[in-house]
Amino acid sequence: MKHVYLDHAATTYVRSEVKRAMLPFLSQKFGNPGSFHSLGLEAKNALDASRKKIAKILDCNPEEIIFTGSGTESVNLAIKGVAFALRSKGKHIVTQKTEHHAVLHTCEWLEKEFGFEITYVDVDKHGIVKLDELEQAIRKDTILISTMYANNEIGTIQPVKEIAAIAKKHNVLFHTDACQAAGFSEIDTKKLGIDLMTVNGSKIYAMKGTGLLFVKKGTPLQPLIHGGAQENVLRAGTENVAGIVGLATALELAQKERKKESKRLSNLRQYLIKGIRESIPKTILLGHPVKRLPNNASVSFLDVEGEAILLRLNENGICVSSGSACTSHSLEPSHVVIATGMPYEVAHGSVRFSLGKRTTKKDIDFVLKKLPKIISDLRLISPVELGKKDVGL
Amino acid sequence: MKKADVVGKEKSWFYSDAVKDHFFNPRNIFKTKEEAQNYKADGVGVIGSPVCGDVMKIWIKVDAKTDRIKECKYQTFGCASAIASTSMLSVMAAEKRGMKLDDAMKLTPKDIMQRLGGLPARKIHCSVLGDKALREAINDYFKKTKQFHRVKEDETKIIDTALKITNKDIEEAVLEGAKTFEDVQKRTKVGVQDKNCIPEVKKLIEFYRKKHFEGSE
Repeated sequence: MKHVYLDHAATTYVRSEVKRAMLPFLSQKFGNPGSFHSLGLEAKNALDASRKKIAKILDCNPEEIIFTGSGTESVNLAIKGVAFALRSKGKHIVTQKTEHHAVLHTCEWLEKEFGFEITYVDVDKHGIVKLDELEQAIRKDTILISTMYANNEIGTIQPVKEIAAIAKKHNVLFHTDACQAAGFSEIDTKKLGIDLMTVNGSKIYAMKGTGLLFVKKGTPLQPLIHGGAQENVLRAGTENVAGIVGLATALELAQKERKKESKRLSNLRQYLIKGIRESIPKTILLGHPVKRLPNNASVSFLDVEGEAILLRLNENGICVSSGSACTSHSLEPSHVVIATGMPYEVAHGSVRFSLGKRTTKKDIDFVLKKLPKIISDLRLISPVELGKKDVGL
Repeated sequence: MKKADVVGKEKSWFYSDAVKDHFFNPRNIFKTKEEAQNYKADGVGVIGSPVCGDVMKIWIKVDAKTDRIKECKYQTFGCASAIASTSMLSVMAAEKRGMKLDDAMKLTPKDIMQRLGGLPARKIHCSVLGDKALREAINDYFKKTKQFHRVKEDETKIIDTALKITNKDIEEAVLEGAKTFEDVQKRTKVGVQDKNCIPEVKKLIEFYRKKHFEGSE
């Protein structure tokens, strides 16, 4: 069966250039970068070269990059690492409501187990963090602000530069989770003015299980994983050389291509949104109309439930994801959609289409051919008939 | 503190063939919205709320002589297992000569699940509400035919395990004017000790507010 994969925000495939770059480091150049022999040196050189490559893209020193095992790990290292390093200075962290669970659950854990206090700042109806509230939330004992660069569900891009400026003004460290943005947005750490930044490989056509944390020189940070001197003693464990080489290759390509690819994808995305709006009544575009990731179309279909839509699309070979309660492990609908002030009914019917490098107009046409009937079939058997007014729209 | 259990209790997240079959080909559905509107039912029952993500509506036709369900139609707003379980229920209610009303009143989520070949554990609670909607439809039929002695309302359920607070207590608080979780907590102390029940309480409050006050405010 034909597959139309529109779930690139969940993960991407490994692109051929990345695979090619990685391959030598699996079975031939397999040495441990910590070994004092030629194989070890070969691996260390590859590691150093990758770090340099990434440092150039992020406009930072190679020493400011810590390789990790995922975006989630980087987020954990950033937040817990700063929290533990600065806990005698203060125990207050500011974040916002639409963060990925990597951030939210880490903060909740610090709250529960270590008595940290966390302020979760509101977002507006488009999912943009309220800057005035964010600034007001800063206290004398605030040690860190952590907000995402772009949202994984609704694609809203945050004013990271402005947030960084606020953090700087109040002399508070700022971490941004750039996992979704790294393929499309400016990630120059100097231009952005950030102290810590998370990037991972599995959203930019590198391997799953690869990630990095940028940490500006001088930032207090405690390691989470002990047992070796790797990554400047901030992340012990033999380096995933092949994965790191792949990550560096992927990030370099992504940043090189980002303007052109962003344009191509946002055209396709608009074509999809327009097509949905024209062929299906009672749909709601979630997130920001303009300040959104070029590959993200998050749409809620009233009167139907997201998981049902997802599975019927899947039956047609179309892979998407949903913010409905039934597709979450907590059985709570998307906290992101709820945070934008949308009622539960809207969250339950939300579907995320996230486009990628291989997505073509033909794919979108295929979706637009299948989707209207799926929605009308499900609406036919639904006892709910909400008007947009019923949900306050 | 959680005890380590990497695999977890849940074996699979995916659905059985019977669930898929009923989800992709739901039985006993209306062909059009008009057909649903004009359907002459002997009893109608609705359960759930779009806020909670599941709504089931069931229409039944009853053979008064035999006291059996002649026809069972439904509409479901919900996920695949919600749709499949209501579809299966409609088959069970009207198959063969039709279910005796007294037997239909006793149908449980377990009966439906067995016929579906099981459901992922976390889906059971939310998606198998059809039996309750069917009971409401039968009760509706009993009321319409003035057989009041046969009406059986659903039992109460404990929500807050620490203070033994039931869904009826929460409904009462809402009826007395509590609007928010804080209001209900002030009256009932729900969730003060048993914090795990708070999300469910919030859903119930929304549900009861919709049930009792929708359109009146």
